[in-house]
Amino acid sequence: MREPRRLALKAFCVLVAVLLVAPTLVVIPMAFTSSRTFRFPPPGLSTRWFGELFADPAWMDSFVLSLKVGGVVVLLATSLGTMAAFALVRGTGWWRAPLNGFLLAPMIVPGVITAIAIYYVFLQWHLSSTFLGFVLAHTVVALPFVVLTVGTSLQGVDRRLERASTSLGAGPAATFLHVTLPLIAPGMVTGALFAFLISFDEAIISLFLSGPFNRTLPVQLYQSVSTTLTPTIAAASTLIITLSSAILLLSAVIASRRRTKHV
Amino acid sequence: MTGHDAYRGLPGDERKTMTTRGARDLVRPLRWPLVAALPVGLLVLTFAYPIALMFARSLTDFVHPDDAGLANYEWFLTTPAQITILQRTVTASLLVTGLCALIGFPYAYLMTVVGFRWRMLLLGAVLMPFWTSLIVRTYSWLILLGDSGPVTGALRSLGFGEVRLVGTTSAVVIGMTQVLLPFFILPLYARLLQIDRALLRAAQIHGASPATAFRTIYLPLATPGITSGATIVFIVSLGFYFTPALLGSPQNSLLSQQIVEQVSRLLAFGRGGAMALVLLVLTLALLGLGALLTRRFTKALGIGSEAR
Repeated sequence: MREPRRLALKAFCVLVAVLLVAPTLVVIPMAFTSSRTFRFPPPGLSTRWFGELFADPAWMDSFVLSLKVGGVVVLLATSLGTMAAFALVRGTGWWRAPLNGFLLAPMIVPGVITAIAIYYVFLQWHLSSTFLGFVLAHTVVALPFVVLTVGTSLQGVDRRLERASTSLGAGPAATFLHVTLPLIAPGMVTGALFAFLISFDEAIISLFLSGPFNRTLPVQLYQSVSTTLTPTIAAASTLIITLSSAILLLSAVIASRRRTKHV
Repeated sequence: MTGHDAYRGLPGDERKTMTTRGARDLVRPLRWPLVAALPVGLLVLTFAYPIALMFARSLTDFVHPDDAGLANYEWFLTTPAQITILQRTVTASLLVTGLCALIGFPYAYLMTVVGFRWRMLLLGAVLMPFWTSLIVRTYSWLILLGDSGPVTGALRSLGFGEVRLVGTTSAVVIGMTQVLLPFFILPLYARLLQIDRALLRAAQIHGASPATAFRTIYLPLATPGITSGATIVFIVSLGFYFTPALLGSPQNSLLSQQIVEQVSRLLAFGRGGAMALVLLVLTLALLGLGALLTRRFTKALGIGSEAR
């Protein structure tokens, strides 16, 4: 009597899984369509939309800007987030709980609020639609994720290894560099990848910070979607999906390697 | 989002003995706050200060020059059009949360009872959209639900006539449910994993039918997971911008669209700030309520982390 019920549950869940994944993948066949319209399924196959994508300076500039911003955000968020994680995990005292809350706040405050707040201040500071403006704003939203991943990794560090290192004569700096840092490196790399993905995907703050000639890829995507509907958008989406999947796969590989190393 | 307690892994006394024993640390214990100075400085300058300034402006920046004090808040909370938007936002968020619970619970439940390969498959399906661009996903829904898309086509061939989906609140709710489902499933799955299934068998040995055992044993134990997942989904949907902006229409806009409209189109920073503050207070209050409920259920059931 239980078996048919289990089967029905499985069928339902497979349907849900398809609903979770399939809508995102719809853009891939759309990117290879031969027609100019949005017929689904596409009537024929071609790669012309990728050609148009790579030939269009608006798309290419925004793509390059997003990559550059993401690269600097990775460096900034990872180093600042690691410092914060050290203070939170290694420090003692009443200040840890409020500090923890403050550092994670950008994750909790709705994006629209952060966006309009930053927009107004950056207008005054002349940081609106500048490279530095994008970098600072994205670092703010990426920071909590680095603090979480590096913090978790730092908690797992066996402090006896550090004590062994100091008792064998290594100075505190050498111990940090040769013992602690390698131990938390996987956590830092995961945090860095998250930071990149968040910066690369961030759209609401960027929408406010973007000018006519300076927009990130998600903003370019959003504005194209709300004005025209050409399959070039699907080609750009396919590119974005490929890139983020590659990054996620990379972090999964790092995580599984860390696990096998520890066993 | 569920990792707020990540730093509380070590009991306090254990931590103390560790730091005193490690005689020569790189940083003396009292100086640890200084290490956080740079990240905190960045957040103060580009996060806390802008938000504080925005709220200050909501009390000083007015559309009509002779307004004063709480005029922006009064406008937001008494204008019928704004009340409608607030109500629509709450209704849509409740619908999304309900749909996520209805779809997400069986899914998370199945994840805990199947074998490793199935579990990885189901988990992968949840995680995959979690990290693909939000705008790409919304754009996909635009294709699927659009006038020449497969969904309207199917509805047409089923005899529903010409149905317009894009631009309606239904389209927004469908899109948001798909986008937010992982936020419900992941925390619930984490909770369901902790439930000892031997309790269900024990209830059945004592004569309870499988349905009764499920209702009286399993469901109460799962409640903290449901409340935390529902809290996250509800809060995130309250502040959603892109999905309603692309799948909905200005005629039935939601709260965050209104905030953006006030600030970027009408340049009414004061009104936008007032709306943002209401949204933030609502978010924090719900977050607190959700945490309180989750903790109460956890405590009442004795399934806290120490009981595991």
